[in-house]
Amino acid sequence: MENSDSKSSAYVPQKTALYEAHKKAQGQIVDFSGWLLPIRYTSITKEHKQVRNHVGLFDVSHMGDIRIKGSQALETLQWLTSNDVSELTAGRAQYNLFISKDGYIVDDLIIYCLEQNNDYLLCVNASNTQKDFDWISKNNKGANLVNESDKWSLLALQGPKASALLSQVFKQKDWCNTNTFDVYLLDFQGSEIIVARTGYTGEWGVEIFIANHKALALWEILEKKGAQPTGLGARDTLRLEMKFSLYGHEIDENTHPYEAGLGWVVKANKKDFLGKKALARLAEAQKTNPQRKLVGFKLLDRAIPRQGYKCLDNAGQEIGLVTSGTMSPTLGEGVGIGYVKPEHSKIGSEFLLSIRGRQTRAIVVKTPFINL
Amino acid sequence: MSKESFAVPEENYYTKDHEWALVEENIVTVGITTFAQNQLGEVVYVELPDEGSKVSQNEDFGVIESVKAASDLIAPVSGTITEVNSSLTEDPSLINDDPMNQGWLIRVEMDTEKELANLIRASEYRKFIEKK
Repeated sequence: MENSDSKSSAYVPQKTALYEAHKKAQGQIVDFSGWLLPIRYTSITKEHKQVRNHVGLFDVSHMGDIRIKGSQALETLQWLTSNDVSELTAGRAQYNLFISKDGYIVDDLIIYCLEQNNDYLLCVNASNTQKDFDWISKNNKGANLVNESDKWSLLALQGPKASALLSQVFKQKDWCNTNTFDVYLLDFQGSEIIVARTGYTGEWGVEIFIANHKALALWEILEKKGAQPTGLGARDTLRLEMKFSLYGHEIDENTHPYEAGLGWVVKANKKDFLGKKALARLAEAQKTNPQRKLVGFKLLDRAIPRQGYKCLDNAGQEIGLVTSGTMSPTLGEGVGIGYVKPEHSKIGSEFLLSIRGRQTRAIVVKTPFINL
Repeated sequence: MSKESFAVPEENYYTKDHEWALVEENIVTVGITTFAQNQLGEVVYVELPDEGSKVSQNEDFGVIESVKAASDLIAPVSGTITEVNSSLTEDPSLINDDPMNQGWLIRVEMDTEKELANLIRASEYRKFIEKK
């Protein structure tokens, strides 16, 4: 008999500043990495399509926020990451990876430069917040390090109509003339907010860091202007259609950037950094003797791939594993991402998926799965 | 949607896996309840066994998938499948629109009536979902 009552009195899931707004909008709340957030409000497919065709509004306040300041801030970040943080001037952001001594991925993150050399805000995966903070602390080169996760709420506004909507609320910027990864400091009702041209959907969009006590006011204004509340279910299908990696699926502490298709996030010529030598060896190994490659695939038979399903060749031998999968709302087909042996990784290669004992046909396709 | 408005017809048997079973002589029609489809969200895919195959009480006989996840379907009785709802291949959303009627999943020729004693009735199921 299943016992669904938690006997642990210590565990209490956290609520974001927007919890009441989600309840009011009839969000179906689930425990997501210890946070109570809506998986959907109406339907995942509907919300997904709204983002692709209009504009959606996400509460992603559960993400971790780590502030790193002072004269050693850049040096510390350069030591711990694969990308070149010195490229960032104030008002720019970049995608980056924390790398272990052995060249494996500790986390993926976005670094927002607020003042060159001196002030950076890191946005990390919710479930890795403490791990990342401890990791930076352990390897700190003397920077001022603060876990600001409790200070910031984070709203994402994404979709082709997002710039028009944003222009109505923040008239001071010509949003159409901004670039991906631009970062702006603006005022909202007397509170300083950070508006960045970043996102996890593939659509034009922004992510807005805002003080918790102002988050609801901003959410309601954006909603009134036409932004549709969008849940975490659609957030996952949107990123999947773009083949964006999700930590714990495509990348984890046992994957390195090159097999995951993230070689572009490694600036191999950067001055010595943690894992640099190991990465060089892994890069060479991936070139000469790759073990596996991350690919996107579609199902040829009617079915839905899911994380953990085995990939097989025609002889029924295991050749890989699915890392993420869903029914693509845009395509109406089962799509997935997974690691396969290199001989099965070319576009057009067919393989089989074992789904509940039945073999289902799949084909490697070009990604992103959709054209924007 | 308030739980009071979830239809729980008296004539059905129910399970704590949120299946309903309508018993007519020795033929049992099986589906998932209104509460279940509401929890699941939009159904995008259903996998059902072939006619003629055997099912066992409390064992899985198929899968129902929403965008987000796959859930096992658990057989409320043991027997042989006489009919499968083929409309669901093209239109799995029937399960969301009319789970208690047109969204039926399978019909089973029951091995023995005795297994019905393991199922619950409408009032107990209503109490069960109220707690959720």
